[in-house]
Amino acid sequence: MLPVLVLFLPPAFLLFTIFVVLPIAEAGWYSFFNWNGYGAPSEFVGLRNYEQLIGTPAFLTALTNNLLIIAVSMLVQLPLALFLANLVSNRIRGAVTFRLIFFLPYVLADVAAGLIWRFVYDGDYGLVAAIFPLVGVQPPYLLADRSLAMYAILVVIVWKYFGFHMMLFIAGLQTIDQTYYEAAEVDGATRVQKFRAITLPLLAPTIRLSVFFSVIGSMQLFDLVMPMTGGGPSNSTQTMVTFLYNFGITRMRVGFGSAVGVVLFIICVTFAFCYKRTLMRHD
Amino acid sequence: MTDAIADTRGELRTVAKPVAPGRGPMNAGLATTYLILVVIAAIILVPLVATALGGFKTLGELRANPFGLPRQWVWSNYWDIVVSARYWRMLANSLAIATLTVSLVLATASMAAFTFAHLRFFGQSFLLNYFLLGLMFPAATAILPIFIRIRDLGLLDTYFGVVLPQAAFGLGLSVPLIRNYFKSMPHELFDAAFVDGCGYAQYFWHVTLPLARPILATVGTVSFVSSWNSYLLPLILLNTEAKYPWPLGIMVYQGEFGTDWQLVLAFITLTILPTIIVFFAAQKHVVAGLTAGALKG
Repeated sequence: MLPVLVLFLPPAFLLFTIFVVLPIAEAGWYSFFNWNGYGAPSEFVGLRNYEQLIGTPAFLTALTNNLLIIAVSMLVQLPLALFLANLVSNRIRGAVTFRLIFFLPYVLADVAAGLIWRFVYDGDYGLVAAIFPLVGVQPPYLLADRSLAMYAILVVIVWKYFGFHMMLFIAGLQTIDQTYYEAAEVDGATRVQKFRAITLPLLAPTIRLSVFFSVIGSMQLFDLVMPMTGGGPSNSTQTMVTFLYNFGITRMRVGFGSAVGVVLFIICVTFAFCYKRTLMRHD
Repeated sequence: MTDAIADTRGELRTVAKPVAPGRGPMNAGLATTYLILVVIAAIILVPLVATALGGFKTLGELRANPFGLPRQWVWSNYWDIVVSARYWRMLANSLAIATLTVSLVLATASMAAFTFAHLRFFGQSFLLNYFLLGLMFPAATAILPIFIRIRDLGLLDTYFGVVLPQAAFGLGLSVPLIRNYFKSMPHELFDAAFVDGCGYAQYFWHVTLPLARPILATVGTVSFVSSWNSYLLPLILLNTEAKYPWPLGIMVYQGEFGTDWQLVLAFITLTILPTIIVFFAAQKHVVAGLTAGALKG
């Protein structure tokens, strides 16, 4: 009987090892070479790929943009999602419909959402082109303007993902025992008081989870940016992954690209470990 | 509306007891609530509706009137795409890749989860954490070594070349998720089956899997949606357009027809249509699947 069971684990283990764990280890190894991917990596360059990486302005822009995305996720998206979760978990007519509408963008492919917003932002044919003349202003080319493009993308990120976080919060709200609120009402608590004293603390595990997803999700943003700007204009909207794609993959610089991957990996795993060890310890 | 926060438990059953509008002191608050909800719903829907309507316009009209209904409905934009082989081929490619990915994830993850749930062995918790590692970083970090591995295996430009890494990255979530579910199943079930002479393999097939349908549906939904929508892995691992799944296909189409926005909009609408239909047809399952996958992971 046991021998059958012994065969149960290896498929998943091998699949995971060969296509997830080994590639990460290999990225670490390749990052010390200057290699175009053909033959065996032979030109050992030590840490030069990493030095070059830090010296590339576009990479620093990418890093800053990723941090900006995280900041917007925390400061705009999360409060918005929490606020709306409270509104639509209320006993009001149409709550279920609103929830579905808010969740819809999350289900769409990032690439499709990116293209749709490329149209919205288009200065000639898009919605922006139609709105600005109404107030007598020449329509801007948002995605072609290096000082505005990143902000335009941030709007799309919130549009695309707030619904997912809202659903997490709704699920979290459902687990809160209604009697707390009833007791608070008897004591004459106001809405704000109830929110601060009951909802927030009891929702803390969900909030921590939502922050975790925001950070890991922000770090891997790629699909949404490619159809809108591809990282341009003049690298102003690069993220870590678009940088990896534009500077490592399209030029087949395996060593350099792997170094980007390693930096991304270290950031993600360090964050995940620290976060789980400290803030999510009891969840 | 004064009870906005208090009424949080009604939840998915909310429609049961709607607040009667237009009565008492709640009125103003309720109106504000609806105003906010409607404005946000509009921000979500207007780009989508404008995209769908844009596909019915001529380029000239799109320029003059991107918001409104088409003055003249140009059905040919849509019709030409619907009768084109490339549209159906893209969807077929996506369907094939997603189906293979889901099958591979469900098969390997449920078997591994079964071992974790029923056997105690050395290094068990280490191995479980090993799979959890997959949740912590994106596939992009290792994309170049994955490309080289798939190339060396001779799987470049094949469905399986995309399916294997995609399924592998799905295991990080699915193995722990399914294992927890198996663990929560009553142990007496197994003891009873065992006494009746049922082996592990039969038990797995005839008892565990049928009982675990809800969690398998959750994992299947998450894997299917992420595969159906995925862009980066196919972008790097496929190179003939005939094999492209639809997210790559719309990018190629956009590149080809660039400024003919009306065609691009029709194409986008038709490619997201399957997602939207399935989403509204199976809303409960999709929403529950995607959020439960995140919450329990």
